[in-house]
Amino acid sequence: MTIKQITVFLENKTGRLNDVAKVLGANNINMLAFCIAETVDFGLMRLIVHEVDKAVDVLRDAGFAVILTDVIAIHCDNRPGALSKILESLAENDIFIEYMYAFAQSERADVIINPNDLEKCVRILEEKHSDIL
Amino acid sequence: MDERYFQPEIETMGRHDLEALQLRRLKESIGAALRSPFYRTRYGGAGITPDSIRTLDDLRRLPFTTKDDLRGNYPFGLVAVPMDRVVRLHSSSGTTGNPTVICHSRHDLDCWANRVARCLYMVGVRDTDVFQNTSGYGMFTGGLGFQYGAERLGALTVPAAAGNTVRQIKFIRDFGTTVIHAIPSYVFRLYEVMRESGISPQTDTRLRTLVIGAEPHTEAQRRKIEESLGVKAYNSFGMSEMSGPGVAFECPEQDGLHIWEDSYIVEIIDPQTLEPVPDGGIGELVLTTLDREAMPLIRYRTRDLTRILPGECPCGRTHRRIDRIKGRSDDMFIVKGVNIFPMQIEKILMQFRELGTDYLITVDTVGNNDEVMVEVELGDLFTDDYSQLQRLTREITRQLKDEILVTPKVKLVDRGTLPKTDGKAIRVKDLRNNR
Ligand SMILES: [Zn+2]
Repeated sequence: MTIKQITVFLENKTGRLNDVAKVLGANNINMLAFCIAETVDFGLMRLIVHEVDKAVDVLRDAGFAVILTDVIAIHCDNRPGALSKILESLAENDIFIEYMYAFAQSERADVIINPNDLEKCVRILEEKHSDIL
Repeated sequence: MDERYFQPEIETMGRHDLEALQLRRLKESIGAALRSPFYRTRYGGAGITPDSIRTLDDLRRLPFTTKDDLRGNYPFGLVAVPMDRVVRLHSSSGTTGNPTVICHSRHDLDCWANRVARCLYMVGVRDTDVFQNTSGYGMFTGGLGFQYGAERLGALTVPAAAGNTVRQIKFIRDFGTTVIHAIPSYVFRLYEVMRESGISPQTDTRLRTLVIGAEPHTEAQRRKIEESLGVKAYNSFGMSEMSGPGVAFECPEQDGLHIWEDSYIVEIIDPQTLEPVPDGGIGELVLTTLDREAMPLIRYRTRDLTRILPGECPCGRTHRRIDRIKGRSDDMFIVKGVNIFPMQIEKILMQFRELGTDYLITVDTVGNNDEVMVEVELGDLFTDDYSQLQRLTREITRQLKDEILVTPKVKLVDRGTLPKTDGKAIRVKDLRNNR
């Protein structure tokens, strides 16, 4: 299933990442997963939270530029080879992954995927792997 | 008589006659100025008399007058008539040091009102109109300046003054206001409140003409005002040192502001070299008053940047046109021999919908080269894809280079992170002199 991911523009300046964490923390919003992509001049922080609307509001109020994107979130077993099986079936169907990130807790792992073709990717995952978030 | 002109004989006067009139009045102005303590010392000491001026070009040899001269001779050092002939003064707020004070005789107020009436008439305001002025009254010249101009024209004036938007809208509806004078940001405020109250400016009011000025604004903002209110909006230019509103004003062509050359001599100079800039080039506006007796000002450096628009105006007026104000000459900087004005950079940045409104230009020496860095706020994020953000940065860089002829380094920054002093944005930081 698709979920809403928040992307935050980060100036390449010390402390901006901490500022995001502080704003969310002060508003009692817990980050479930995040990743950061950087260039020389700026970075993009992508994050998953439970209270998406509230998080967007408080970040915008704090001056951050943000955008919501639909991404795919799937559970897979936290064991060797589990992810590769999923990725193989996507590659077989010409799904290209723009970026992905994951976080593991005990026996399960959550994987966030932003594919080039969201609808098709959802369809394939639904057919082959039932455990989509 | 041609209905388009308030004073056809002056507004459409041939250039030859207009320049002869200017020369005659310039000599009178210098003669009058010499009766003030300030000019008696500065010009008299240098042997300058009205007879030193034989052609208009001779004006260029006279020293400039600056805002510091006004402050340094506060309050009455430039007054050229006995004080009993002064009937009004306007004073600037002057946040630092002495304010600037401008004194007027009856004659001066009369000429001023006439100029403002001429401006309003030019954009179609007539004695049948209802003119509502949302300027602050008192020391601010936009209040009384427009008041007496609109009265001179015979319009019904509504001196609403600033503030209380709900009441302004009630006046607009109850009195059938057809013309409003306001600063652009306040026009948007009026529109917002009308919308919130379910009032349509098009069908529920008689508004037809807006006079906007005193605040820098873009052509896009003007068009937005015209569309949202269903009016024609005209640019007004004035400054308290030159009496107030009525110095230059747009005609129905909406392509530049006619500056009234029977009242002012216009020069555009390079703020660095102080040499004249040819027509069409941007420089600092320098004005000499031609019909002010209480306090004539000779070659007053306005610090405003603009240019003369070359060519004749289809409206038939012979007085030349200036472009809308491009910023302050204090903000100009030179990189690799090129004069650069922040407004040039701002104009480009404002065309990108992805960007916010704040920006900062930093000039610094890197190695042996001067470099320009432009930091600009991102509006909200429009993409999750950083290659698109890089493409945006590259496109901004390319367009800026086309405009200022120097390749800047463009950096996107978060909103609210650029430095401010006293709530006002800093536009240019020149670090070259600090090394
Ligand atoms: Zn014209």
